[in-house]
Amino acid sequence: MIKAILIFNNHGKPRMSKFYEHYTEDTEQQIIRETFHLVSKRDENVCNFLEGGLLIGGSENKLIYRHYATLYFVFCVDSSESELGILDLIQVFVETLDKCFENVCELDLIFHLDKVHNILAEMVMGGMVLETNMSEIITQVEAQGKMEKSETFVFQCPRQDR
Amino acid sequence: MPAVSKGDGMRGLAVFISDIRNCKSKEAEIKRINKELANIRSKFKGDKALDGYSKKKYVCKLLFIFLLGHDIDFGHMEAVNLLSSNKYTEKQIGYLFISVLVNSNSELIRLINNAIKNDLSSRNPTFMCLALHCIANVGSREMAEAFAGEIPRILVAGDTMDSVKQSAALCLLRLYKTSPDLVLMGEWTSRVVHLLNDQHMGVVTAAISLITCLSQKNPDEFKTCVSLAVSRLSRIVSSASTDLQDYTYYFVPAPWLSCKLLRLLQCYPPPEDGAVKGRLVECLETILNKAQEPPKSKKVQHSNAKNAILFEAISLIIHYDSEPNLLVRACNQLGQFLQHRETNLRYLALESMCTLASSEFSHEAVKTHIETVINALKTERDVSVRQRAADLLYAMCDRSNAKQIVAEMLSYLETADYSIREEMVLKVAILAEKYAVDYSWYVDTILNLIRIAGDYVSEEVWYRVIQIVINRDDVQGYAAKTVFEALQAPACHENMVKVGGYILGEFGNLIAGDPRSSPLVQFNLLHSKFHLCSVPTRALLLSAYIKFINLFPETKSTIQEVLRSDSQIRNSDVELQQRAVEYLKLSSIASTDVLATVLEEMPPFPERESSILAKLKKKKGPGAVSVNELEEGKREGGELNGGGERGGDNSAIATSNASTPSPSADLLGLRAGPPVTAAAPSAGSLLVDVFSEAGVNDDGFLRDLEPPTESSDSLLAEGPGDSDSAPPSVVSEDPAPPLPESNELLNKFVCKNNGVLFENQLLQIGIKSEYRQNLGRMYLFYGNKTSVQFVTFSTTVTCPGELQSQLNVQSKPVEPLIEGGAQVQQVINIECLTDFSDAPLLNIKFRYGGALQNLTLKLPVTINKFFQPTEMASHDFFQRWKQLSLPQQEAQKIFKANHAMDTEVLKAKLLGLGMALLENVDPNPENFVCAGVIQTKAQQVGSLLRLEPKRASSDVPINRAQQ
Repeated sequence: MIKAILIFNNHGKPRMSKFYEHYTEDTEQQIIRETFHLVSKRDENVCNFLEGGLLIGGSENKLIYRHYATLYFVFCVDSSESELGILDLIQVFVETLDKCFENVCELDLIFHLDKVHNILAEMVMGGMVLETNMSEIITQVEAQGKMEKSETFVFQCPRQDR
Repeated sequence: MPAVSKGDGMRGLAVFISDIRNCKSKEAEIKRINKELANIRSKFKGDKALDGYSKKKYVCKLLFIFLLGHDIDFGHMEAVNLLSSNKYTEKQIGYLFISVLVNSNSELIRLINNAIKNDLSSRNPTFMCLALHCIANVGSREMAEAFAGEIPRILVAGDTMDSVKQSAALCLLRLYKTSPDLVLMGEWTSRVVHLLNDQHMGVVTAAISLITCLSQKNPDEFKTCVSLAVSRLSRIVSSASTDLQDYTYYFVPAPWLSCKLLRLLQCYPPPEDGAVKGRLVECLETILNKAQEPPKSKKVQHSNAKNAILFEAISLIIHYDSEPNLLVRACNQLGQFLQHRETNLRYLALESMCTLASSEFSHEAVKTHIETVINALKTERDVSVRQRAADLLYAMCDRSNAKQIVAEMLSYLETADYSIREEMVLKVAILAEKYAVDYSWYVDTILNLIRIAGDYVSEEVWYRVIQIVINRDDVQGYAAKTVFEALQAPACHENMVKVGGYILGEFGNLIAGDPRSSPLVQFNLLHSKFHLCSVPTRALLLSAYIKFINLFPETKSTIQEVLRSDSQIRNSDVELQQRAVEYLKLSSIASTDVLATVLEEMPPFPERESSILAKLKKKKGPGAVSVNELEEGKREGGELNGGGERGGDNSAIATSNASTPSPSADLLGLRAGPPVTAAAPSAGSLLVDVFSEAGVNDDGFLRDLEPPTESSDSLLAEGPGDSDSAPPSVVSEDPAPPLPESNELLNKFVCKNNGVLFENQLLQIGIKSEYRQNLGRMYLFYGNKTSVQFVTFSTTVTCPGELQSQLNVQSKPVEPLIEGGAQVQQVINIECLTDFSDAPLLNIKFRYGGALQNLTLKLPVTINKFFQPTEMASHDFFQRWKQLSLPQQEAQKIFKANHAMDTEVLKAKLLGLGMALLENVDPNPENFVCAGVIQTKAQQVGSLLRLEPKRASSDVPINRAQQ
């Protein structure tokens, strides 16, 4: 099962974190830092798998990650998952984000954190993979977008600041 | 058009995020966040009812703040309120907040549950999915209680939308994981399994995770999934890449689902149904074939997906471990990957090969890749990959390549990453011990280990080398010489000094003949390191010095001077000071004899499982070192592990006595034996106690040969037996039941007559015995280990049950008072009337400081003590052997030796058993044959024994015939 999905940038700033097991908020932050520390010191072109940090369960768990431009996408999984399969899943996730945001960049993730969560929720649920088919995922996300629009349109929410 | 429109977000949120991003310092950021938190708090608390949009905006801000690592301790109630909104956007953000921020203990769960209940019954698929997501994310027990009954219904209902089914399957899985007792599959089982046949691949993808988990827990109930999984897999594998439309990923049909199907199959043994199995083998072959086809795309995603399936297929093949043809192909495929330019593939190939190495069929095939793997260890840039290479070398190591692998690992250690050094050290130590054929190599290896990576050598490792050197006298001289040389290095690791101090203190005399390592040179060398060492090491060295005084009287004055110096005798460390004072006193007062007794060479260590393995296991976490490996280590390493016993206690020789209906393992099977007239006993010499002479411990050689003992209850019920024995004094309580370990204590004496029968903090009981014909005499020595008198000391020997009529035991009374530190002796006379299987009980009672001590032991009287060895020629032996052809006259047992077999040890054991070992009788010199006559008053029973060790398999079939 997938224990956690973390996205952080090259400086270790978390851009999204989703834990499928309960940790205290403090531990979650420490796990993000530890994972960043483990992943960021690795060269490019080395392999995409490494043993998990101590906080998240040590060698019982693997970190499977990909580095895209300014962002690291890290999945922490247990031994029941296929390493290459998860690597593909990361790719599907990123490609989906790219389609949904049109040339996704770090800023999109920052300003639309809720949407990133929603997209991820269409793929992974409770640490297990829900759907791998990109067009299916996008269809769902588009349907949500439409619903959102219709609601804003119908109810004409006032545009108020803070 | 993008699915997510960027323009119509919440402006307030965007502004807030921009503010944060523009903060120049951490302090500024915190200040900005606190300001925002105060704002949101006041908005939530304010009188004005917030509209949905505002709530949504504030909750989003809180999410963002939370992501930055700040605690959020409010807003939950607002989020829960959003759940009951009719608007999708508000409901969604409410659920998002809860799944990110609410933990399973939250008190809000009841409120949340209500909202979920409403959404589940709304029949709006979007709302249902949101609710199911929330359950899966929180997964608390309260939620399981509320929904475990409902969700399976949603999952299998005919009218449920596919997307809801997917969510329901994973939601159920989550609940099953948190509260398995609440999720009762019973009636749903077969319908859930049939989801594998669902039209919609997404449903299958989600359902298969659920089915895999349930199968692991209840394999029998879900057995039917095997054939369904095979047919689904077969359809995917054989489909053209376009058939599955959107589930084709970079030209690979449904890679994720294929992987999951292959994983599911790994929960089960190979299918029994021939057709299913044939279909599966076909699938696996197709997958292996596809690996050789040219890629349909140059994209890395294509090869990743393809190889993900391939690796799972290989895992399944390894799991089945039954198709040699597939195993070989799998091994070759992995071999190709070992050299692949993709680092990921090399990593995975090394990892898979580790499991392949433990397969009987492919161990040899894996070994052929040794050079590649060694090369990987040396040249890989990535430490993850190097670590896998080290794991694989460890897994593929056996007797044939141990030297090479250990040498490579040692040389890698010099440059190894710090993170894996300790583990490497443990691995080297284990391999060196497990596959040591000659012990000088073992000693060299461990000393090198200390030299190269001394800091990472844990105590377990250097304790172990000392245990082994102590237990193996053939390596002691070499060890002394080697540590002496190692200590010459100007800078040597403290662990080396510890090993050196210990070994020279014990065996320095073995190299003292050489003037280059004369006693004084040895001492000066050790002492030159003294001042650089920590307190525990210094303490160890002081002990080594006093041992030197005993070994080499000529060093006495020098060492006394050292001990006498202020830095020792007035050392601020109490331990060091005490040692210096005591050793100094001991060396000046005690006579040479006393000194020699006190400072005698250490006795061999009892056999124990290598603590290093346990340590490695602990380090790697459960599963890293399999139980098999531990057992294997014990078996193969027997030669070394059992060093103290010289591999002697290698067998559980269980014999079934064919002549009695009970399957009891009567030692010599002589219950039904008619009196013997032939095979005249040779001159009745006392049994040779080979073991006490050879000075080695032994226990349990014939562990299972031991006559079965009745339960202690029945023994007690019989009460005191043979009244000929003189009960020495009044017994104030019933005799205690025999000690739980008394059987074990008894086993120690099957092949020997002298030794320590029992020892605790108060009392030591030594035993000496001799037997002639059917008579025996036993001397028991009761030693008081305390400084306080034992009063009203009394002993009783009883023969429980039918033993009364089989054995006649008389014990002389013993003094009722044992002074502190004193020893008293008791003589027991034994007469064997007829064959027997129980042991007499010895009950001891005394008062120590007012408290009554009461313990019961078994006296080591076994039937084989009454053996008379019989010599006979080869011709006679086999003639008699053939005559004993009736089934009840013969018993045969094949068993696995626990340790490597050493001819001399086996011989000694057999002699200890009491029979004559007949040389040049069996045409096969590997076999052992023995003959003897059991002498009882009523009858004499001739027995023949043949032991056929099979070295390759370590099986020892034992044949025994009797008359």
